[in-house]
Amino acid sequence: MADRLNALTSLGHSDPVTREIGPYRIVERFDIALASIACRRGRDKDFSKAAKGMVPLPDPAGSTQGAPYSSFWVAPDMWFVEAPFATNEDIAEELKRLFGDSASVTEQTDGWARFDLFAPDLAPLLERLCNVDFPHVEDGFASRTLVEHIGCYLIRRRQGEVTLYGPRSSAKSLLHAIETAAASVL
Amino acid sequence: MIIDHPILGPRDAQEFVYLGDASLMNRPDGLSDGIGAFHDYLYNRANPVGEHRELWYHEQGDRSWLVVTRNTLTHEITKVELARDVARASGRSR
Amino acid sequence: MSRSHRIAGGQIDRTSTIRFSFDGLPYTGHPGDTLASALLANGVRLMGRSFKYHRPRGPLSAGSEEPNALVQLRTGARQEPNSRATVAELFDGLTATSQNAWPSLRLDAMALNDRLSTFFAAGFYYKTFMWPAAFWEKVYEPMIRRAAGLGRLTREEDPDSYDKGFLHCDLLVIGAGPAGLMAALTAGRAGARVILADEDFRMGGRLNSERFEIGGQPGADWAAGAVAELAQLPTVRLMSRTTVIGAFDHGIYGAVERVSDHLPEPPPGKPRQTLWRIYSRRAILAGGATERPIAFENNDRPGIMLAGSLRAYANRWAVAAGDRVAIFTNNEDGLRTATDLHAKGVDVVAVIDARADGPLLPGIRHLRGAEVIDTRGRLGLTSITIRQANGRTETLRASALGVSGGWNPNVNISSHHRARPVWDEAILSFVPGKAGPPGLSAAGAAAGRLSTHGALASGQTEALAALADLGRASRAQPLPEAEDAPVSITPKWYVAGGKGRAWIDPQNDVTVKDVKLAHQENFTSVEHLKRYTTLGMATDQGKTGNVLGLAIMAGLTGRTIPETGTTIYRPPYTPVAMGTLAGRSRGKEFKPTRLTPSHAWAEEQGAVFVEVGQWLRTQWIPRPGETHWRESVDREVLATRRSVGICDVTTLGKIDIQGTDAGAFLDRVYANTFSTLPVGKCRYGLMLREDGIVFDDGTTARLGEHEYVMTTTTANAVAVFRHLEFCRQVLWPGMDVQLISTTEAWAQFSVAGPNARRLLERIVDQDISDAAFPYLAAGNITVGGLRARLFRISFSGELAYEIAVPARYGDALIRRLVEEGRTFDAVVYGTEALGVMRVEKGHVAGNELNGQSTALNMGLGKMVSRKKDSIGMVLSGREGMMDPGGYRLVGVKPVAPDGKLTAGSHFLDIGAAAVMENDGGWLTSKVYSPHLGSDIALGYLKAGDRRIGERMRAVNLLAGTDTEVEIVSPHFFDPEGERLRG
Repeated sequence: MADRLNALTSLGHSDPVTREIGPYRIVERFDIALASIACRRGRDKDFSKAAKGMVPLPDPAGSTQGAPYSSFWVAPDMWFVEAPFATNEDIAEELKRLFGDSASVTEQTDGWARFDLFAPDLAPLLERLCNVDFPHVEDGFASRTLVEHIGCYLIRRRQGEVTLYGPRSSAKSLLHAIETAAASVL
Repeated sequence: MIIDHPILGPRDAQEFVYLGDASLMNRPDGLSDGIGAFHDYLYNRANPVGEHRELWYHEQGDRSWLVVTRNTLTHEITKVELARDVARASGRSR
Repeated sequence: MSRSHRIAGGQIDRTSTIRFSFDGLPYTGHPGDTLASALLANGVRLMGRSFKYHRPRGPLSAGSEEPNALVQLRTGARQEPNSRATVAELFDGLTATSQNAWPSLRLDAMALNDRLSTFFAAGFYYKTFMWPAAFWEKVYEPMIRRAAGLGRLTREEDPDSYDKGFLHCDLLVIGAGPAGLMAALTAGRAGARVILADEDFRMGGRLNSERFEIGGQPGADWAAGAVAELAQLPTVRLMSRTTVIGAFDHGIYGAVERVSDHLPEPPPGKPRQTLWRIYSRRAILAGGATERPIAFENNDRPGIMLAGSLRAYANRWAVAAGDRVAIFTNNEDGLRTATDLHAKGVDVVAVIDARADGPLLPGIRHLRGAEVIDTRGRLGLTSITIRQANGRTETLRASALGVSGGWNPNVNISSHHRARPVWDEAILSFVPGKAGPPGLSAAGAAAGRLSTHGALASGQTEALAALADLGRASRAQPLPEAEDAPVSITPKWYVAGGKGRAWIDPQNDVTVKDVKLAHQENFTSVEHLKRYTTLGMATDQGKTGNVLGLAIMAGLTGRTIPETGTTIYRPPYTPVAMGTLAGRSRGKEFKPTRLTPSHAWAEEQGAVFVEVGQWLRTQWIPRPGETHWRESVDREVLATRRSVGICDVTTLGKIDIQGTDAGAFLDRVYANTFSTLPVGKCRYGLMLREDGIVFDDGTTARLGEHEYVMTTTTANAVAVFRHLEFCRQVLWPGMDVQLISTTEAWAQFSVAGPNARRLLERIVDQDISDAAFPYLAAGNITVGGLRARLFRISFSGELAYEIAVPARYGDALIRRLVEEGRTFDAVVYGTEALGVMRVEKGHVAGNELNGQSTALNMGLGKMVSRKKDSIGMVLSGREGMMDPGGYRLVGVKPVAPDGKLTAGSHFLDIGAAAVMENDGGWLTSKVYSPHLGSDIALGYLKAGDRRIGERMRAVNLLAGTDTEVEIVSPHFFDPEGERLRG
């Protein structure tokens, strides 16, 4: 067997980056495994049963933190499940085992770049990035949204913490958009 | 415009992609219906001034196809439904 | 420099001095000044030249309605033409220059136009420049272009950046005068989320320019107190320097915030302006009113301005625009200017009051039933000639004349949804119509409530109504005491009887005569009037002149003003810089850039990249010594065909399709069959639109019983996914199918060529011999223990695979493939070589998938299964689409090996003239084939399948090529496909 390949972050580095701009801290996350789960037609009961106590199934526009699995709603009957990469690198296989044929499971870990944003007040930054009414939505809110023409998922973890998932290939453009907006607020 | 998504609430129409007349869901059966039926389905549409049922896709959202009832003159939107529900209710299945 | 025209009082900070220049001369002003107020304070009245006649002009107004005082602000790349001096906030170092004047503002050569005014009357474009026709392009248009237009663009790139943003509120209040402030206070105190936006840098609206009291304190002080209270309310957002530019659907408003325009240049990282998209549940238009002039002869001289503006300059900016001031008014408000200026010690020579009766002003010469009939002063007003009620004329020395023809409510935004304003006889003006944007109501002067009390009361009333709509009950509070003077006005639109010109729309130089001419030539509807005379079509949208023009037309036609009607307004309320609309989307940031997993490696190699949608793909990778792109591409092609080549194909769309009906679903969306595809195999699929035209193509692999992965073209990835969701949710909602894109998740490389397998055997952990992994096999494998996917598919015609690893390993994989490939002289090829090889092999791509071509056209007609229902199956069988004489995909090569082909050439029979009737089709894709040593091409030729072996001409009149060609099979290379099965 050949040597293991080296992994690079979506920004092309060995290690994730952190940027500080004024009160804003932008933290690239490279330690999260991601998979989508979709309930198969007519299999709601089996699906919910399999998920119970293991994988949270939040309501539309919501997210739920858990261990090891957290998840957020993306579409009717579909969620993204997050887990620590270190312990759950094979998240898709795990979930396939868990849900059996009641769900369609798809590996998503490398489809997305993740940036966590921190600041006491993120509203001035986010109102320059997307149309989400950030001050108004509740903790746990999760939604797809557009950031400078890039389709992203935004999760409001709490008042001062937000997760943005953007397509991996656009990671540089997305980070640039966040940094530019942050500098613009200052 | 703002489209009041049945699941997600009010969302900016910028997030959606417009397709056209909701009659596009009434696709004939390719094995039993002929060219005439498909021709009508694809090309013959009413183009009303006023209330119009039309298909919108929440591409930058939850990827739901919606049936939006919109006044083409005023842009007033009076009803928004999940296209899947409308299709099922009209007997479409597989 | 003349002496200072500063008087006492005002809202300027005299403790601080600002230096600025106009037309190269230095001046000083104070914080709180606009460029116009500071210039007036320095005795400068002449600020511009008019559009058509190059008449000397000074400010007509003190606000954003300004038609005359347009200057070029700043220098260098930041120079902005047509900046209104009346709203340009003064900053230290500000530089302004006049425009539309040469050689100087005082001596403008083009003022000759003024003498030739007979030729430049309304409709002159249509009449004067008609004949001879050839003169239009060569003489008239260049001449007009040189002469017309006000400012000049710098033609340099705008160095500033612009932001866009999104705001949400319960109530948007547009305008922070007494009505807007009261509305915001009412809603804000009730806890509603309020945005209060005002275009001025100081909130308060007219209160800053008046001496009215509110609740016993000066109006400006009351406004400052209200603003201070609002700033403390947690749900209120105050946005000064912010112009709401338009009402859009469903409570969405656009607003431009001038973040840095009051500074010499934006601070680092800061935008110059921000375009806000405001989502509001309710909105109140409290945008005030704009005064209108009265037209009389030579009413456009510097020093003649709106009476309310003259008053504003005195009260707010402590400037007396002239030492001897006269007032011409048809309404009570004009008298206020006289009173205020008189109180400030300015010499008011006379008030010429068009009204025949009413009380007389004490201590001021007040002439009732009088009118101004002419003025004098070449570069600024020196005297006015008046005619008194008894017919006696008199000339008065005056350096400033304030004119008031009444106030027009600023209905603009209320008519953005095409609601027609309605005429209010009491104030002789239009007020907002009923059918305005849903959720928007008007308050204060914008609603025709012209008194201070009326503004406060209606602001509160409308806010309470909005709160009720929002489900927030609140009660009216006692209003502070304020004046509530009724409007007293007599119709007076223009002074009749003179021979000279009387201006209505000074910016576009539209005069009373032009309106009369339009009437004479039967352009009497307001829409015709506007277009024939250009009334209201300048950058000020006729804020001061429109009502005047249509009132005069009403008089000429004997109709009432409501019968005559009014044109309506479109966004934006005031001009918006293009950069503001672009936001950050310009230059390299016009759109996001998507990078492939091999991008960093390719960059290290000096690759040339090509934009494919948002993607940057490697086009070719030059090696040292290669000076022409063809050298690199030929080498990449030959090396691949000789040994092995590697290409990043990550950009192809990948869609994960699962569910118990996944196979049946694919049968519906593809023209050919997929439910019968064995697990572990892949197949080329052809996707049609419902009209039978080919939509997309790609390979789809079956990875499990209920699990497929579909490949789409790079360009159509998003459209195909949308289409599949439509099929799944709308057409066949009973099917058990789940879809998700995985394009980004996998780094995928094509490895092609006779040594492809030998190279991959060094990479993957499994046996991939032909027996273990035959042509069209697909499956999960591992690479150094990591999960990966392998597909044995070929676009090049070679023995080829596509290998995919999770994207994070893509960089490592390309490096390993290159490293291990050294043994085989492996090459990494780009999209050009990819294109050459696919044309050599006769595969269709974007140029052939042109949205007009059927499977039959492409020679793939047999792929459309008639045994099952699929999208496009039925309509692809239409007679016209089955025409045996229709286009068919053919190969083309020049008869002479060095013959040149050009894409887009048309097929002609030898000897046929190059005219449409003889057109046989066209060349879709052309490449140079190093394998064949000549240009080759694909094309669509009528009945092409029956013309193989014939000779024709490929003619491109644009490129000037006319080449004799042979029609051949599109499969130039290895037509039997032996190599890809090797």
